Amino acid sequence: MASIWEYANPRKFLATTDVVLPWVTALAAITLVAGLIWGFFFTPDDYKQGSTVKIIYLHVPSALMAINAWLMMLVASLIWLVRRHHVSALAARAAAPVGATFTLIALATGAIWGQPMWGTWWAWDPRLTSFLILFLFYLGYMALWQAVENPDTAADLTSVLCIVGSVFAVLSRYAVNFWNQGLHQGASLSLDREEHVADVFYYPLLVSIAGFVLLFIALVLLRTRTEIRARRLYALAARERMGQGAAG
Amino acid sequence: MMPDLGKYALAVLSAYGVSLVLIAAIVAQSVLRARRVRRELEKAEARHRNG
Amino acid sequence: MRAGGGFGLGLGFFLIVTVLVPFGVGAEAGVLATIAPGILWVGALLSCLLSLDRIFQLDWEDGSLDLLATAPIPMESVVLAKAAAHWVTTGLPLTLAAPALGILLNLPGAAFGWLTLSLALGTPALSLIGAFGAALTVGLKRGGLLLSILVLPLYVPTLIFGAETVKRGAAGLAVETPLILLAAITLGTLALLPFAAAAAIRINLR
Repeated sequence: MASIWEYANPRKFLATTDVVLPWVTALAAITLVAGLIWGFFFTPDDYKQGSTVKIIYLHVPSALMAINAWLMMLVASLIWLVRRHHVSALAARAAAPVGATFTLIALATGAIWGQPMWGTWWAWDPRLTSFLILFLFYLGYMALWQAVENPDTAADLTSVLCIVGSVFAVLSRYAVNFWNQGLHQGASLSLDREEHVADVFYYPLLVSIAGFVLLFIALVLLRTRTEIRARRLYALAARERMGQGAAG
Repeated sequence: MMPDLGKYALAVLSAYGVSLVLIAAIVAQSVLRARRVRRELEKAEARHRNG
Repeated sequence: MRAGGGFGLGLGFFLIVTVLVPFGVGAEAGVLATIAPGILWVGALLSCLLSLDRIFQLDWEDGSLDLLATAPIPMESVVLAKAAAHWVTTGLPLTLAAPALGILLNLPGAAFGWLTLSLALGTPALSLIGAFGAALTVGLKRGGLLLSILVLPLYVPTLIFGAETVKRGAAGLAVETPLILLAAITLGTLALLPFAAAAAIRINLR
């Protein structure tokens, strides 16, 4: 019985993703395109929001994945700190730019949606503000990875930052709520069928969300592979430098 | 084929435009960097074996 | 313990920021009174930020941090002592100077007490969070800008509750809730961040 930790071996990870990645990529492309085309072309206008309701197929999935990407980084950081699997730390690093991009999409679509609905591009609404803060967290996290040269030190420091940052991100969410009551509508998705959006919007939205999830997985797998190779490159370069030092 | 977006056409189209550009950007960056690092590693490993 | 200068620096920066604001927004007393709580808190926060990279930098450069790491006191206490030193040289003077700058900004009379109290309660959290940021970036040659990028998002809750206390005090509203939450943040950072900062220093010293 193979343990899940086997995939934490970089070689095994590369070999496995070599097979899996094309399938995930294809599936992500199909689902994302299907969800967006369904949402854009084949859904009716909302009686209140008109055609702007079509923005939901970008806004909600990207916002969802912006938070989930951070959660994934948090879990990967904890695994790195506890079990010292390099793949885990590198996956966290690989996910950050993807999460930051999703945050940016959520912010941009939110602003564009807010303009006709609320009459302003930007309102310091709690949800928008929280996402802006989340974006700053992503920037800091990526900047720290960039700044520290030794990959193991960088992995450790960013993991600590990710954990502390998560606590402060949650704190900020509540602080911002306290600071300004917002214009933003409640949750679009809910298990309580009475609350969430109507079925005609709901099913294409689910497909879009699946598309964004798969896109995230595909990108993180691809980028983790890159990070594994970059780390190997770093190790080889360090060995060459040491070899030259011994020879000269 | 094109749905009638009414008076909000600009908002909807720009939302889709911005998002697709951003997604394309992160995908392109990931793919290009993957290729570059892969090539560099192959070169370094070849050097390592011969040298 | 050395805190590494910056004693007068932060205070001078606070003064200049406060003096510059009326030039930017106009001298109308009503407008100044409305924004004074926020300006004073943001000014104090930025002044605090200015000297953060000094918290561990000098000890890192001359190797005393390595000595402290091998000393028979836990790194957590070293972090606490360093954060306390930073607070005494920046947070405390800022708290004492803030009412005088409040006069310049036409801060309503009812808010002066709350301004002092909220800064006294909140600036220790700023120093502790700053010590964590400084611990993360201590090994970097030019970590100053990175330090601000890391620390500023972490400052958001403290800033919100601190400024909210003064704002409500100025408007004559009940201030208990933001004040208690501000105190809770300070106590929480006091209890937890020294461990995170000590971990970061140990990683950097490896």
